[in-house]
Amino acid sequence: MNKKSKPSTHTLPASQLQKIIDLLYDQGYTVIGPQRRDNAIIYDEITSTDALPAGWIDVQEGGTYQLQRRDDDAWFGYAVGPHSWKQFLFPAKKKLFTIERETFRAQAEPADKTRYAFLGVRSCELHAIAIQDKVFRDGPYADPAYSRLRNNAFFIAVNCTEPAATCFCSSMNTGPGAESGYDLLLTELISSDQHEFLISSGSAKGRALLGTMELPEATPAARERSQELLTRAAEKMHRRMDTEKARKLLLANPEHPHWQELGTRCLNCANCTMVCPTCFCSTVEDVTNLTGDTAERWRRWDSCFTMGHSYIHGGHIRSSGAARYRQWLTHKLATWVDQFGVSGCVGCGRCITWCPVAIDVTEEITKFEPVTRDTAA
Amino acid sequence: MAAQTDPMLPRPFRIEKVTHETADTFTFELSQQQTNGNSGFDFACGQFNMLYTFGTGEIPVSISGDPARPQRLVHTIRAVGSVTRAMKKLKKGDTLGVRGPFGSAWPVQQAEGNDVVIIAGGIGLAPLRPAIYSILQNREKYGNVVLLYGARTPQDILFEKELREWRGRFDMQVLITVDHALGTWKGNIGVVPDLIKRVKIDPDNTIAMVCGPEIMMRFCVIGLHNRGMEHDTIFVSMERNMKCGIGLCGHCQYGPEFICKDGPVFPFSKIRTLFDIYEL
Repeated sequence: MNKKSKPSTHTLPASQLQKIIDLLYDQGYTVIGPQRRDNAIIYDEITSTDALPAGWIDVQEGGTYQLQRRDDDAWFGYAVGPHSWKQFLFPAKKKLFTIERETFRAQAEPADKTRYAFLGVRSCELHAIAIQDKVFRDGPYADPAYSRLRNNAFFIAVNCTEPAATCFCSSMNTGPGAESGYDLLLTELISSDQHEFLISSGSAKGRALLGTMELPEATPAARERSQELLTRAAEKMHRRMDTEKARKLLLANPEHPHWQELGTRCLNCANCTMVCPTCFCSTVEDVTNLTGDTAERWRRWDSCFTMGHSYIHGGHIRSSGAARYRQWLTHKLATWVDQFGVSGCVGCGRCITWCPVAIDVTEEITKFEPVTRDTAA
Repeated sequence: MAAQTDPMLPRPFRIEKVTHETADTFTFELSQQQTNGNSGFDFACGQFNMLYTFGTGEIPVSISGDPARPQRLVHTIRAVGSVTRAMKKLKKGDTLGVRGPFGSAWPVQQAEGNDVVIIAGGIGLAPLRPAIYSILQNREKYGNVVLLYGARTPQDILFEKELREWRGRFDMQVLITVDHALGTWKGNIGVVPDLIKRVKIDPDNTIAMVCGPEIMMRFCVIGLHNRGMEHDTIFVSMERNMKCGIGLCGHCQYGPEFICKDGPVFPFSKIRTLFDIYEL
């Protein structure tokens, strides 16, 4: 590690986090942060640190998500919930244009000029945003709405010290500590007598904001503690994904009998694609008003688990559940690399938690491994 | 404003002419409704547009006109779904929304100096027609030119007048077949791939362009390969569901390929391993 280029780390008393939120609002940002709602940690607009999910942890397993009280009052003492930042940068439902029958001129929806500040972004989620950048912003055709929202956003990452049992970012090199893609980075340090954050900047925007705060330099002990928490977090993760191996297995086995088995268990509910922070499929709906004079086109999230996704005249290409599951998993872990140079998975574990029948991608991928003769006999 | 160049916004085109080709297939000739005098619609043979009918929806349709005559944008459409059935009701003077052109093209330049075998099934002749026009306009640049065409019945034969013209030329071989017919039909009965056996093919100096149902393309590729042609000299045009046409919506994925921006025209060698996978 190059110590010279390492940005200086400061200590931020928990009470001072409010000041950062206030400063961001002063600069015209809308701050989005974690909150407890409907027994889940979700992301929504936040004006006060009082709204943070203090003292809650999300206990996750395949098909299970439960909030429980923590022993402490940590504000970021959970892993990831059903929401991701995707819903702000790539809204689930968006009007693309309005058109009049008379003139037939399509009027694009005015650009959303919201400047979001995302508070509590996990490392896996920063990686997910970098992946969606490749899809929506950096290709031959860019989605101008995504590019604008994303380029205007301010990212406050929080190092993940409390991974869920479903997390596997450490094996994918996407966490638990954030390394780039943020403006500010926090590590929450909490003990019986104090509650503070380590804070450092990762961009000019972040540096400028931090510069106005006059915070003390972090002590070596606090830095050490933060490092220790991250090491412990990585060690807590037992699920693993070998990205390179997964890709090879999937590309080599499009007709493996295990797809049929998976097809019988998968309910095709599309939950995994809705909670996935990188899934980007969308469809469009054309609607008219009651008089039929004005029409609109809406874009909404779609999923490769729906029949309509592969419909062409005459029928559905992927009419079996097995084919639809194969499309999702093979795209996510294999052909995504051909398309965008990276895996489509960041190891956040959402697809495992929110699968109603608890299909676990880290486990399923091993079923495509060749059976060695010794054990087969 | 940037709105003019937004690839997600349809531009209005006026229907100048409607030709009823068969019972369910029709051709629109369209002109761009632009006030700035921008009249031509440049495209490459094999590319497609997203066509929008007001309030009903949008579908990908290949361009079937002559690239040397960009004043009129020509599309040949078969009424098979809700959008195409709504299109069938449109008349001269009505407006259609157009986004495009998108996608890859037939290798008409690459084929120069070679023989060309064009194989079409059903409405698959429409995406190939621009390539046929282009090749015939530069006829001296090519060796033998062969068109093999198959339709379901004699009544389903597309562009019949042009097929007669092409068949009457001394510099082009045209063979037509139908899947089934009544006794009045004096021509071939059988599937298109069977016609491959009946033409002369110089495998080292031929480019093939194939468009039709996947099952037909499959057997055409086998037939051409059996005649010694390599997979990288056989080009096919693929079809999948499309919502955006620009690689963002995810619908047209075919393994690692996006049909809309990596295709629709592929050298068969590029998709050979995908082609055999059921329900991909």
